[in-house]
Amino acid sequence: MLNATSDIVGRGNNDGAELFRNWFEGLGETAERGDPAAYVFVMGSMAELLRVFDLPVVFPEINSLQTAVRRVAHEYLNQAEDFGYSPDICGYVKADVAVQLRGGAHPMGRIPKPAIAVLTNACNTYIKWAEIWERMYNVPVFTLDVPGTRAAGTQTWPGDRDFENDRKYVAAQIKELIGMLEQVTGKKFDIDKLRESMAHANTMSRGWKRVLELNRNRPSLFNAVTDGTIYLGVSNAFRGTEPGANYFNDLVEEMEYKAANGIGTLTDEKYRLIFVGVPCYPIFRRFNELFTEWGGTFVNSTYLWFAAGGANTGFEYDLKRPLESLAEGVLISVRDAMDSMFYQDQALGQMLDPFHVDGVVYHPIKSCRTVSTGLADNRRALMASRDIASLFIESDMMDRRVVSEAQLKNRVDAFFEGLATRRMAAGR
Amino acid sequence: MSYAAGVDVGSTQTKAVIIDESRSIVGRSLIDTGANVVTAAETAFAEALADAGILEPEVEYVAGTGYGRYRVTFGNTQVTEISCHGRGAVQMFPGTRTVVDMGGQDTKAIRVNAAGEIADFCMNDKCAAGTGRFLGAASAALDIPLAELGGVAMKAQHPVRISTTCTVFAESEVLSWLGKGKKIEDILAGVHQSIAARSIGLLRRVGIEDEVTFTGGVARNIGMIEALNRGMDLKVNVSEDSHFMGALGAALFALDHIVASRSPVFSEAVV
Repeated sequence: MLNATSDIVGRGNNDGAELFRNWFEGLGETAERGDPAAYVFVMGSMAELLRVFDLPVVFPEINSLQTAVRRVAHEYLNQAEDFGYSPDICGYVKADVAVQLRGGAHPMGRIPKPAIAVLTNACNTYIKWAEIWERMYNVPVFTLDVPGTRAAGTQTWPGDRDFENDRKYVAAQIKELIGMLEQVTGKKFDIDKLRESMAHANTMSRGWKRVLELNRNRPSLFNAVTDGTIYLGVSNAFRGTEPGANYFNDLVEEMEYKAANGIGTLTDEKYRLIFVGVPCYPIFRRFNELFTEWGGTFVNSTYLWFAAGGANTGFEYDLKRPLESLAEGVLISVRDAMDSMFYQDQALGQMLDPFHVDGVVYHPIKSCRTVSTGLADNRRALMASRDIASLFIESDMMDRRVVSEAQLKNRVDAFFEGLATRRMAAGR
Repeated sequence: MSYAAGVDVGSTQTKAVIIDESRSIVGRSLIDTGANVVTAAETAFAEALADAGILEPEVEYVAGTGYGRYRVTFGNTQVTEISCHGRGAVQMFPGTRTVVDMGGQDTKAIRVNAAGEIADFCMNDKCAAGTGRFLGAASAALDIPLAELGGVAMKAQHPVRISTTCTVFAESEVLSWLGKGKKIEDILAGVHQSIAARSIGLLRRVGIEDEVTFTGGVARNIGMIEALNRGMDLKVNVSEDSHFMGALGAALFALDHIVASRSPVFSEAVV
């Protein structure tokens, strides 16, 4: 029974951190036993299906960013570069290569080896990345080819001829994947178990969408860069599980409570911002402080869209026709994740008013061209269509060698000075 | 009469400006920053006071700017040099809509509105090519004083193409052209064009809108003014006080505080 603010406010952060530790512990136990695990990615993890075969999911992207958050990424990056990988290659890939070279040793525990890798084409690097494991461990790699949006603003939906063709294309691949999973695990596919996992995923997607929407509240209920990243971790690691579903039910309850009681993430919220890109993990906390020191908070973030594999859409599976619906969900969600990287300006334009946004912060990163290329043009397009302040700052999600706090601070300070004078002018 | 001051502690030089309530500059100073940033700020301020012929207590508010703005220990507030150059440029040239500020280690492209408010800005990132340091490297390689580089470059008949984008490598590239027998003025013109091209690239990212005002220490270089004019096919505004534009902008922000503090409701939006 919840009857005090202290019981509920901050619960999402605390429970999320605990779930995360438990998840890594579970991975460590899997590694110790030498049991099989599936390597997957945040954009189209297929976790619902993998759980049917009792395969623990490993997210190398999350493993890598954790090395940066724990301030040891440079050790991993250096090791991969000594091994022959170029400094220009994705930092996530290099940190993972070093984890593999260390036999799975990781600051959060031990990472099991892959028995299979399942990926989508949402990121071009995924494909080359999985080939590394294929070579290292001689394991099967399954690449799910998900048709993306052909052009901005022309998405197709269930019932459209093109969508139905795309859905059949994805469904056929999923059937092929099921066969491969049966071979790898020696277990038979169980459609009822899939339904159960999909039902949990439905609860989580519904919750994720609701939580994001609730941050329209003034003051904002959570910081989309700091708090949001914790929620995002649970969304990925526990997708399709009962603990994941319970977590998101609780999180919605927490956010509704905060909204009802006017409890914001900052004591003095002055500026409401949207973050575009991947966070600066090497100085994660400090990066955020550069904004909160000015009373700025992030009310939303495209990272919470694409790195959630499109769960932000709130898509819910039709459990009466699970396989068809799984194909539909993968198609819509992964497509949305790609659009959130490449065509986010339209979505941003639509949320400026309902989220009461004062400015948009674009954060391209040195080591990921996939998510960064086009941000300058997207920013220009948004500024041409709406009178909104924006900031364009570059650093990295992994490599502290290309993170210059002094330069970031100078630009962030100038951005807020501009916001202050803009507000003063609006009040004149 | 109250006075406001701006102290711009740059990577290479520190500038101080004192203005009166009519926004006129009454005192200015320019010194090398050196290793002790705090002392540089104090010395520049003291010299500006002497130039104005006033005493420190007469200055009601001081704003620090530049990379060393937080080391202006006697300052009442800090404002980034991005905001200050925009503000100063519009004060000097009210028609200014785009500012290019070339300093010792960074170049800024700033788009401003009529009130001098920043609409957008862009800076060189993690690399000092295309800044004053690039000229410093050429000056060292050719053994020509920095102040004379622009004049020499203006005599060029056949400018060479400086392909490097790295300040450190600029020196070796200059020497390589010398080794090939190229004239010093042609090499220097190439250096100026190279810097101008990089700066214009930054300006395009914020959108070049006339009038363009050129500020910062490099604005004293006539070769660079010429290279920018040619590169953009327009005529940039350059003030005799271009070097002091950041300090002037800071002083204007300081004056805002003085004015706001006299109003019945102090505006918290004053930066």
